[in-house]
Amino acid sequence: MPRNWSDQNIEQMVGNLLRTGVTLSALVVFIGALLYLIRHGSSHVDYHVFRGEPPELRTWSGILHSVFSLHGRGIIQLGLVLLILTPVARVVFAIWGFAAEHDRMYVIFTTTVLVILLYSLLGPGSAF
Amino acid sequence: MNVLEFTLLVALGSFVAGLLGALTGLGGGVVLVPLLTIFFKVDIRYAIGASLVSVIATSSGAAAAYVKEGFSNIRIGMFLEIATTLGALCGALLATVVPTRVLAIIFGVMLLYSAYLSRKPRPRAQRNLPPDSLATKLKMNGSFPSEEGGMRPYNVQAVPAGFSLMFGAGALSGLLGIGSGAVKVLAMDQAMKIPFKVSTTTSNFMIGVTAAASAGIYLSRGYIDPGLAMPVMLAVLAGSLLGAHLLMKAQTRVLRVLFAVVIAFLGAQMIYQGISGTI
Repeated sequence: MPRNWSDQNIEQMVGNLLRTGVTLSALVVFIGALLYLIRHGSSHVDYHVFRGEPPELRTWSGILHSVFSLHGRGIIQLGLVLLILTPVARVVFAIWGFAAEHDRMYVIFTTTVLVILLYSLLGPGSAF
Repeated sequence: MNVLEFTLLVALGSFVAGLLGALTGLGGGVVLVPLLTIFFKVDIRYAIGASLVSVIATSSGAAAAYVKEGFSNIRIGMFLEIATTLGALCGALLATVVPTRVLAIIFGVMLLYSAYLSRKPRPRAQRNLPPDSLATKLKMNGSFPSEEGGMRPYNVQAVPAGFSLMFGAGALSGLLGIGSGAVKVLAMDQAMKIPFKVSTTTSNFMIGVTAAASAGIYLSRGYIDPGLAMPVMLAVLAGSLLGAHLLMKAQTRVLRVLFAVVIAFLGAQMIYQGISGTI
């Protein structure tokens, strides 16, 4: 079956979406990195013992609070969350694309993927 | 070591990993975790978290370039992502209960196997296979721009086998924080008889979504440390973008052999340190 025009059109837009998401998140991470390195560049660092991140860096409300307090690490974490959300946005976009093509079967498949992703991000014990 | 020195050294190592990963097509993700755990003495859980984040960045960055060329098959990718995301979820949950020493050993075995896979000659692709009824129902068959010019059609085979292998690829990705592109390509290229170029680009396309499924779990369990993930993500991304750019001109045969040796060495180290309990 040849790929039709709208399939390629969707792929073009998906490409742009991915590029925008990665660029935006890299930019936010970079800004956070500057703040973090200027303030804490000479602090001692040790990742040898696992302590887990504090709540302000692993819950949605904690990260936002940390961003508004202009903490470098919080801003980096926001950039990383944007990065994680980029493929999620791609899946949402694909659902829309398949719906526009009236491809019910693939709307169902893609929605299943989205539900699994949302479970990871919003399910029990999640960060959000 | 202070934060600035640590950040710069990790960035340097990650940049080289991303560059070599893109140039050899073996992915930079596989060497990041051993690099961080063996040389920087980072706990493997922080290393896995940082690696997973960088995997999303490189995969999305590269996929953005590939989709426009018309190689990747969005339907095959989307259908198989049901398997990889489920696998990734299971893998990530498993990672939170498996002892770190066992994680290190599994990682080492995976590295040795990837080194072996990269040296093994690929069997010649079969062309013009008859359409498979399930693949046809799922509208997976497609065509891609061939080297001779024009579009070459292909018929996808063995969907259930491919789907099961993809679950395994997802689980490995969630457990170890890697893209597991090699297993994804194996499932599509070898089991489902999808043309190699379509398999590699579609695999790349799927890696980001697969990794996002375990990233949510990693984030909430506190595996993603901003101070560590920041230099890793930015430098791997820069390295892999440069690598993809250089790829057109570079002669990568020798580099592939060298990188395979490095991967095998790191694999042996991970297994040794896992057994001796120094990781």
